[in-house]
Amino acid sequence: MKKLNLSKNVKDNIITYGIVIVAYLIIQALISAGSLSSLIQGLLVPLCVYVILAVSLNLTVGILGELSLGHAGFMCVGAFTGAFFSRCMEDVITIAPVRFILALIIGAVCAGVIGFLIGMPVLRLRGDYLAIVTLAFGEIIKNVVNVLYIGKDSKGFHFSMKDSISLGLETDGDVIINGAQGITGTPKDSNFTIGVILIIITLFIVLNLIHSRDGRAIMSIRDNLIAAESIGINITRYKLMAFSISAALAGVAGVLYSHNLNSLMATPKNFGYNMSIMILVFVVLGGIGNIRGSMIAAVVLTLLPELLRGLNNYRMLIYAIVLIVMMLFNWSPKLIELRKRFSIKRMIGKSKEV
Amino acid sequence: MSFISYLINGISLGSVYAIIALGYTMVYGIAKMLNFAHGDVIMVGGFTIFFAVSMQGLPPALGILLAIILCTVLGITIEYIAYRPLRQAASSLAVLITAIGVSYLLQNLALLIFGANTKAFTSVVNVPAIKLADGQINISGETIVTIISCIVIMIGLTLFVNKTKAGQAMLAVSEDKGAAQLMGINVNATISLTFAIGSALAAIAGMLLCSAYPSLTPYTGSMPGIKAFVAAVFGGIGSIPGALIGGIVLGIIEILSKAYISSQMADAIVFMVLIIVLLVKPTGILGKKIQEKV
Amino acid sequence: MTALLEVKNLGISFGGLRAVDDFEVSIRKGQLYGLIGPNGAGKTTVFNLLTGVYQPNEGIIKLDGNDITGLKTIEINKAGIARTFQNIRLFKDLTVLDNVKVGLHNHYKYSTFEGILRLPRYFKMEKAMDERAMELLKVFELDGEANFLAANLPYGKQRKLEIARALATKPKLLLLDEPAAGMNPNETMELMDTIRFVRDNFDMTILLIEHDMKLVSGICEELTVLNFGRILAQGKTSEVLNDPQVITAYLGE
Repeated sequence: MKKLNLSKNVKDNIITYGIVIVAYLIIQALISAGSLSSLIQGLLVPLCVYVILAVSLNLTVGILGELSLGHAGFMCVGAFTGAFFSRCMEDVITIAPVRFILALIIGAVCAGVIGFLIGMPVLRLRGDYLAIVTLAFGEIIKNVVNVLYIGKDSKGFHFSMKDSISLGLETDGDVIINGAQGITGTPKDSNFTIGVILIIITLFIVLNLIHSRDGRAIMSIRDNLIAAESIGINITRYKLMAFSISAALAGVAGVLYSHNLNSLMATPKNFGYNMSIMILVFVVLGGIGNIRGSMIAAVVLTLLPELLRGLNNYRMLIYAIVLIVMMLFNWSPKLIELRKRFSIKRMIGKSKEV
Repeated sequence: MSFISYLINGISLGSVYAIIALGYTMVYGIAKMLNFAHGDVIMVGGFTIFFAVSMQGLPPALGILLAIILCTVLGITIEYIAYRPLRQAASSLAVLITAIGVSYLLQNLALLIFGANTKAFTSVVNVPAIKLADGQINISGETIVTIISCIVIMIGLTLFVNKTKAGQAMLAVSEDKGAAQLMGINVNATISLTFAIGSALAAIAGMLLCSAYPSLTPYTGSMPGIKAFVAAVFGGIGSIPGALIGGIVLGIIEILSKAYISSQMADAIVFMVLIIVLLVKPTGILGKKIQEKV
Repeated sequence: MTALLEVKNLGISFGGLRAVDDFEVSIRKGQLYGLIGPNGAGKTTVFNLLTGVYQPNEGIIKLDGNDITGLKTIEINKAGIARTFQNIRLFKDLTVLDNVKVGLHNHYKYSTFEGILRLPRYFKMEKAMDERAMELLKVFELDGEANFLAANLPYGKQRKLEIARALATKPKLLLLDEPAAGMNPNETMELMDTIRFVRDNFDMTILLIEHDMKLVSGICEELTVLNFGRILAQGKTSEVLNDPQVITAYLGE
């Protein structure tokens, strides 16, 4: 029995990693055969970004069971801190992979720390309140980045929240973060292969966390907070752990994102709550708590509209309808009842437990 | 003197927030759900008036009436199709995510019908401005109408809830659905009525908002919607006077931070105030404490 | 003979309502002790006070000589009190095995880092946890369902799983809140055997709330009867159950 349980998890995980690797190999083959349009090739890195975001948000929504609407905010933190580092160190560290790994660590740590700081007071709130507060935080982070000016000259760093002139830079000074114009000239250190490696690392962290002592504690809080407390689970500790790891991984996605762009700006489109909601859509459609599902949903929902260009105007409309229908289908007690009655399993007379 | 002008503008904006917040607060009180699509009903109201008055040349009063009717019907329909089936759902996240879906649906429908271009909304308010203190303070017609509307709505709603049978039914349902049902109250009808009232108020808010800030896009409703929700939470969700207090305070904070701190940071400041309030008093200023029974 | 649980002058009010007033009890190690009383008498409130869900307005709770008054639920569990709930509270979407393993959380430790990187200690500890959890499940004849989701267990087995999970935390004192609720007479008989077994084999002290008089008179050595938040009677089971005051409280005037 016990053995069976273990091997089921392991088998599941192998399938998940397998899907990523096979997809990677297929795409590499397609690229070398020259049968991928430049449009699709340009989408490959963003695709990896979305997958990491979806998997990491699932840790908060599916495993911890708390709704966060500010995930894009953590991505934003990772993107800007990572890009800021690479931009400053471009001349100092010339080996791109080393620089990028350092940028990743910095982005992840900064996003994780912000997640921790935000989570500490906020995770006391429940459900809807938590959702609205995380949304608020996401917007605050975006707003702050938009009024942030940081420059560098021979005297060191200069900060301002007003404009680039108030930085008072020397003539040879360099404005690194230029308010709403963001960061330009980040070295393009990321590529598809790096993206896939980061997906695998993300999966490794999230899946191994879930199937460990800490993961069980996190899920016990999700299933029944009062019972978890009664058997000595430290609620705050594990909520914070899940939330900050989730934020740190979003930071990783942000670093990947920013090193794929020449010009990084914080707009409502990439770091606003619409983005947070889009990531949430991936998680919901892939199945709350289902890591592999959210990964697949992220890929399909990103690629589909690009493959069906003609439908582009209707893309978001279709998203919205699919989201509503899926929620009704999966959660409405009446529909669940109906589905059970007409389920295929039942029709062929096989009823399986679990 | 300019401070007083700002204050009046803040109260005006806050009045709009308060009217929107009422919709959130009533729905939350009764259906225990965050109706994320409420802000987009405002936008539908705005577009209805724009379509009727600016495009078809109908008289403003008729346009407003049309918007109220359409939004009311829309609110009831959304509740019936998207929210009611999930009322008994195992997870309360389900209905919240569905509401996000409805919000997206409304935005993208408007996008398809009217396009992404900003529409110039012609104010439907026909009240002359008042000048005070030798012309140093100018109170626009829109401001006057907004503040008066807010006061009238607040008084009307308080009377409705406390003096009518339907209002009492709403209170009963918000206390305990099961018990209310046993007492012979039609819970479904009461919830529908709540959505109807909330949506009608959203139409009025749409009219006031677009008259004061005359630009209209499919996303017009979402930010004011979120801020009004913030106002509702701020004042204590489920409480009608709380919505009023929360709305006004938020409006004033927003206008004053735009004037004295930074227009780009105004939203961030508003959100920060929300977070501080929630951390100090997790149920908002006038909210009730709910504890799970062990 | 010192008492394992010593409660003195415990009281709490909700608003104006005096839910529990001047509650006292002294339970010896290894005892099977019953807490009974009509609905709304404050029995579960006493449990909630003992486990830190509510903070008492006054009174002292001592476990094994240590003052645990005012501690948080988690600390009280670590000090040695575990409980079950009147309305079953399992981790529905975890397997039966994992439900028990969460209970073992504070006794088999490895770091997050070791867990994520799958270092040798992870495998060693997980194996030990699996073995211990299966042992516990066997006691309650749940080993066959170890990989079922807890939500899919029949009602009676869910109650048993809750006890197994509580035992996994290695408590000194086990609080059972209406363990026989919803069980048929056969299941109740079986449960009585299990409770005795737990007491004897786990060296456990048990305080239970129960309405089923057969179970109470069958296994409890001593009783406390609560009525309107106050102690109505206290002492040996047979004596308490024959107390005319108790009979009146249960059957009415």
